[in-house]
Amino acid sequence: MKTLEELRKIREKAQQDMKLRNSNTRIKVVVGMGTSGIATGAREVMKALMDEIAKRNLSDVLVTQTGEKGLSSMEPVVDVVEDGKPTITYGNMTAEKARKVVAEHIVNGKIVNDYVVASE
Amino acid sequence: MSRIDLLLCCGSGCVSAGALKVKKRIEEVMEEHDISSEVNIIETGCMGPCDFGPVMMVYPEGVFYKHVKPEDAEELVLEHFVKGRPLKRLMVQDDANKVLATKKEIPFYQKQVKVALENCGHINPEKIDEYIAVDGYEALGKTITEKTPQETIDLVKKSGLRGRGGGGFPTGAKWQFAHDAEGDPKYIICNADEGDPGAFMDRSLLEGDPHRVLEGMMLAAYAVGASHGYFYIRAEYPLAIRRIKHAISQAREYGLIGKNILGTDFCFDAEVRTGAGAFVCGEETALIHSIEGERGQPTPKPPFPAVSGVWKKPTVVNNVETLGNLPTIFRKGAEWFASMGSEKSKGTKVFALTGDVKNTGLVEIPMGITLRELIYEVGGGTPKGKKFKAVQLGGPSGGCLTEEDLDTQIDYDSLVAKGAMVGSGGVIVMDESNCMVNVAKFFLEFSLEESCGKCTPCRVGLKVMYDIMDRITSGKGREGDIEELISLGETIKSTSLCGLGQTAPNPVLSTIRYFRDEYEAHIKNKSCPTKVCTDLMHYKIDEDKCIGCGLCSRKCPVDCIPGNRTDKYHITQDDCVKCGNCFEVCPVNAINKVPGISSELSVKKTDDLYD
Repeated sequence: MKTLEELRKIREKAQQDMKLRNSNTRIKVVVGMGTSGIATGAREVMKALMDEIAKRNLSDVLVTQTGEKGLSSMEPVVDVVEDGKPTITYGNMTAEKARKVVAEHIVNGKIVNDYVVASE
Repeated sequence: MSRIDLLLCCGSGCVSAGALKVKKRIEEVMEEHDISSEVNIIETGCMGPCDFGPVMMVYPEGVFYKHVKPEDAEELVLEHFVKGRPLKRLMVQDDANKVLATKKEIPFYQKQVKVALENCGHINPEKIDEYIAVDGYEALGKTITEKTPQETIDLVKKSGLRGRGGGGFPTGAKWQFAHDAEGDPKYIICNADEGDPGAFMDRSLLEGDPHRVLEGMMLAAYAVGASHGYFYIRAEYPLAIRRIKHAISQAREYGLIGKNILGTDFCFDAEVRTGAGAFVCGEETALIHSIEGERGQPTPKPPFPAVSGVWKKPTVVNNVETLGNLPTIFRKGAEWFASMGSEKSKGTKVFALTGDVKNTGLVEIPMGITLRELIYEVGGGTPKGKKFKAVQLGGPSGGCLTEEDLDTQIDYDSLVAKGAMVGSGGVIVMDESNCMVNVAKFFLEFSLEESCGKCTPCRVGLKVMYDIMDRITSGKGREGDIEELISLGETIKSTSLCGLGQTAPNPVLSTIRYFRDEYEAHIKNKSCPTKVCTDLMHYKIDEDKCIGCGLCSRKCPVDCIPGNRTDKYHITQDDCVKCGNCFEVCPVNAINKVPGISSELSVKKTDDLYD
């Protein structure tokens, strides 16, 4: 490294790898991972979400998980939480649907109404 | 891409509590459940609350877990990592059994302000990228491209930073001397010869954030015009040595040390020198001789190292924590740093909190808070309902303070005025079960063993003081011993060559000042009020309580507890070796420790004591 600029470039990349430890995320995607969620494929949904987010290099999106959400008939359930906006809950998710949510809702800000089961 | 960062504290405390075994088990369980790729395990430096070890933090939630055992791994992985349900039973609980999930909620952390320890427990110390991610080397880059050396020195002067190794000498002034001194090349030394019993601040910083110390060293080097640095680390700190060596080689790979750093004229390289662990080598002149390959003995000052140090060239010797503060001072500004602390002591100080206190560990607090806040709010007070008795600050060079002094501000000058010192940062809290004469004897023995023997007051004087202390604690104390200790102590302090001798009598002198009655009880009444000195206490069986089970008699290694079920049991004092077995095993607590020599001791035995 020969300039301060190069140092700053390395920093930007390194900050990406450490973003889980920082709290400055724009959107949090919460996957319901209770027993019924896992049984209906929540893990595949989560993997698809993470894969899609990594592919698109979305640095300000965080995938996290929670327990049973009480909506067993609609599992797997995914919440999209954004500051200052109502939380959107998607139900009956699959890996395919998850990828669509990333592309439309998270990237373009357009809620995928077909999958929404609740919003508050 | 992982979705969970598991920060596992791998400070020496947690490692000895089994952190690596926990890590191995977690990895196995994650492998079994095929989620290894989703969780990123990061070994960090010390997180602070060593008492809770092994500790870990799980992000993004920031959940803090304590006392994690290998057996807990399965439940932790399945519940938290797979199902997203944090495990309450491994979290910290307050006195009302309320669960405290994250670091922010735990009282231990609330009073703390982390500057030097900012990244300790947050980043992987073996990855330079993680240090760079948290603004590492930014301060260096900006300073060497934008500031002159004199501006660099002025900034440190303005910040009010003082040496964190114990003396409290203003860092900026030290740099100025070396900057102005004639000589080429100049050197910078990082003093990591931390040796006080109970102190582990420097070790933790070197292990947990080595790049920070290296960056600090380079800032100092740029300011004074040094081109070469030595890390002087004692061999007892193998992990710290490994980490700093690794940091140096990483920085070299990135071109952050070497020739023409970041395209400027600044050239710098650093290396590690390992010390053999002699306490006196923490003294800067002795340290310099040790680096030169000479015997580690101090020489008189002047000449000061800033004028003629290692290889007779101008040298700055700075403590690990002093250097560790620098990158943040340069990034956030001198005013920011000077806004913390008291009038003459700015910023924060790292302390190793140990002894009879609930939350032992590594803490960083702003200067100027009181001892009471440190011990009760950060430390959680004394455990098991015992009363606080004294606090020893500054290790074998420092002194004890009592309950009355708890509202003293923690800063260099207030503590010195009370007869103690900030020292390197060891804080040993003692409850009422400690014998202060014995504590002072312990520290004196340490200094005696570590005296290099070069000057007479320290070599001979400490030995004479120790013999008197030994006499007092074994019941042979004489009238006038206290006065002799004081006069010897004062003489040693004023005539010794280096800091070791000049401060070694402090533990004795300060305990005499605050606990003279305990000394007198030992000397005049032949009694140790806290029942610690075995020659000045005895065991006695309460015959009303004794149920005659005979357990004590069977466990006695010298067969000196005769008796039977009806007559009860009785200790033959002449033969008792005071091992305490009977006291430990009695099922009805009928055996008591009693201060003083037993009246049943035969005349011959008593004569031995009084001779």
